[in-house]
Amino acid sequence: MYVAVKGGEKAIDNAHTWLGEIRRGDTDIAALSVAQIRNQLSLAVDRVMAEGSLFDPDLAALAIKQSRGDLIEAIFLIRAYRTTLPRFGASAPIKTENMACMRRISATFKDAPGGQVLGPTFDYTHRLLDFKLAADGEVGKAAKVEADANEAKPRITEFLNQEGLIQAEPTVDATPPDLTREPMELPASRALRLQALARGDEGFLLGMGYSTQRGYGRNHAFVGELRIGEVAVELDIPELGFAVEIADIEVSECETVNQFAGSKTEPPQFTRGYGLVFGQSERKAISMALLDRSLRWKELGEDSAGSPAQDEEFVLYHCDNIQATGFVEHIKLPHYVDFQAELELVRTLRKEATEAKAQREAMQ
Amino acid sequence: MSTEYNFAYLDEQTKRMIRRALLKGVAIPGYQVPFASREMPMPYGWGTGGVQVTAACLVPDDTLKVIDQGADDTTNAVSIRKFFEKTGGVAVTEETANATVIQTRHRIPERELSENQIIVYQVPIPEPLRFLEPRETETRKMHALEEYGLMHVKLYEDIARHGHIATSYAYPVMIEGRYVMDPSPIPKFDNPKMEMPALQLFGAGREQRIYAVPPYTKVVSLDFEDYPFEKGGASQDCGLCGAQDSYLDEMIMDDSGARMFVCSDTDYCRERCEAGHIGEMGVPLTEDAA
Repeated sequence: MYVAVKGGEKAIDNAHTWLGEIRRGDTDIAALSVAQIRNQLSLAVDRVMAEGSLFDPDLAALAIKQSRGDLIEAIFLIRAYRTTLPRFGASAPIKTENMACMRRISATFKDAPGGQVLGPTFDYTHRLLDFKLAADGEVGKAAKVEADANEAKPRITEFLNQEGLIQAEPTVDATPPDLTREPMELPASRALRLQALARGDEGFLLGMGYSTQRGYGRNHAFVGELRIGEVAVELDIPELGFAVEIADIEVSECETVNQFAGSKTEPPQFTRGYGLVFGQSERKAISMALLDRSLRWKELGEDSAGSPAQDEEFVLYHCDNIQATGFVEHIKLPHYVDFQAELELVRTLRKEATEAKAQREAMQ
Repeated sequence: MSTEYNFAYLDEQTKRMIRRALLKGVAIPGYQVPFASREMPMPYGWGTGGVQVTAACLVPDDTLKVIDQGADDTTNAVSIRKFFEKTGGVAVTEETANATVIQTRHRIPERELSENQIIVYQVPIPEPLRFLEPRETETRKMHALEEYGLMHVKLYEDIARHGHIATSYAYPVMIEGRYVMDPSPIPKFDNPKMEMPALQLFGAGREQRIYAVPPYTKVVSLDFEDYPFEKGGASQDCGLCGAQDSYLDEMIMDDSGARMFVCSDTDYCRERCEAGHIGEMGVPLTEDAA
């Protein structure tokens, strides 16, 4: 006697309750507050904002708490929430040349107007576990010189531009397409590509960028400039007839300067790659710039080496971690029906193969 | 019903965008219409395309049925049904005959659908040529030029190698003599049902595609004159209701690997059991049986 399995609904409810319990963990240990996550895990918050495509540190911190620290799950929560938000308008392009930089470095010039500003970086830390942190160690106070707010930090690449040594960026007045409101169609404009990369998975971009350095579509990049800091967001208010500042957001921007021997259509000159990410993520900004540059081969009249990082369709269709994680993980959902169909097929094929073999042997 | 969201979750603008894509799909049967798929509160791969199509079709008077693998009580079917109960407050049912909209993953119900019904398929990979040509830019061209030679070669090679067309689910179909279409991963057993009185809508969320097969449209499973399409199916009867014409799930019953075959369409099986049909391993229904 057999009774068909029922009870999916109850199982789901119980699973969710259990998940909540596990998320909270041992109740003898104080719960993490959203403010603590926002302040002390700020790079995780930044990543969730960047790949979630929503600048809201409080919501990102909440998502991290809710997802038990699974950042892709947190990004998913933010994406799903973002879809429901009404749109009031589009901001004016941010002016990163006016950024209030907390970090600004160039790997191409030892010094330049505005100077090199190291900022709060892991770069020269010795990666030794700091056991004092485990025991609530107090932190020192960094000596800060009040920066001259008016000291301009012009773009490093502009100095090359003045000499005509670097390819000029074409300016376009067209409204960029919106990846989240229109289906992606290829070939994509550079604006659309950058949009996809900006919300793309950090790990995917890192791996793809790395592959260009190892010879899969090498493009000889130097970090012309990397800057991190706050920029003002301005929104045109039609009733007022002018733009007003509505927020300051933190972004990381990377411009690479790439060697270029020239092509059939372009003279020898330097070319550029560009990366821009919400919050502090220079790893992603640099990777994005490498990838942006390698995807520009067609526009610069280069030959494609057929490398993955030069393949727009490959990169754009696979860089989104929410799409990727969904489809990869969905194979754990029931596939009884398809599997049953495959079972029948394999049984038939095997039966025929066995019979044919037996027949051959009988004839020998 | 939750009032924090619009009826059936999506805002009206988004529904309008989806309905336009649906209308285009109905106008060009089998053609994959790009649409601006939204990020839904369930993961890609869980049926976000189907959910968006259902959301765009539902009206408050509708009665919704959701199945996964033919069953109403599989976890994802339960979850999607709950989602629309919560965000749309629509009536739900497990009875195929009573539903006005049926969202499905991997099956077409055994009972014939009517002109008053819409069936919405969840589609993972809408492109039937995808595994022959990974580039979307290429496959779109192939459809435009009706260049389906590659597909026929693939089917031919199957026969040359295995003596059969070695595709058992997501078996490609030709719609109204024009577009080769992926019927979603339904077993090929279900393919012949696709010429039906109900409207069939297909949603692929991650891949941002919608397509449709209007009622009574000609749907032909690809084959060759000397190797005609065979729908296959189990040689057993359903262990519970004894059905001989239904698609069966295979279950492992004990450590020695004893098998039982049961209707994958749980509602069909229930209906038959209630009508007094009893399979080899079934028990007669009594009044007090739960």
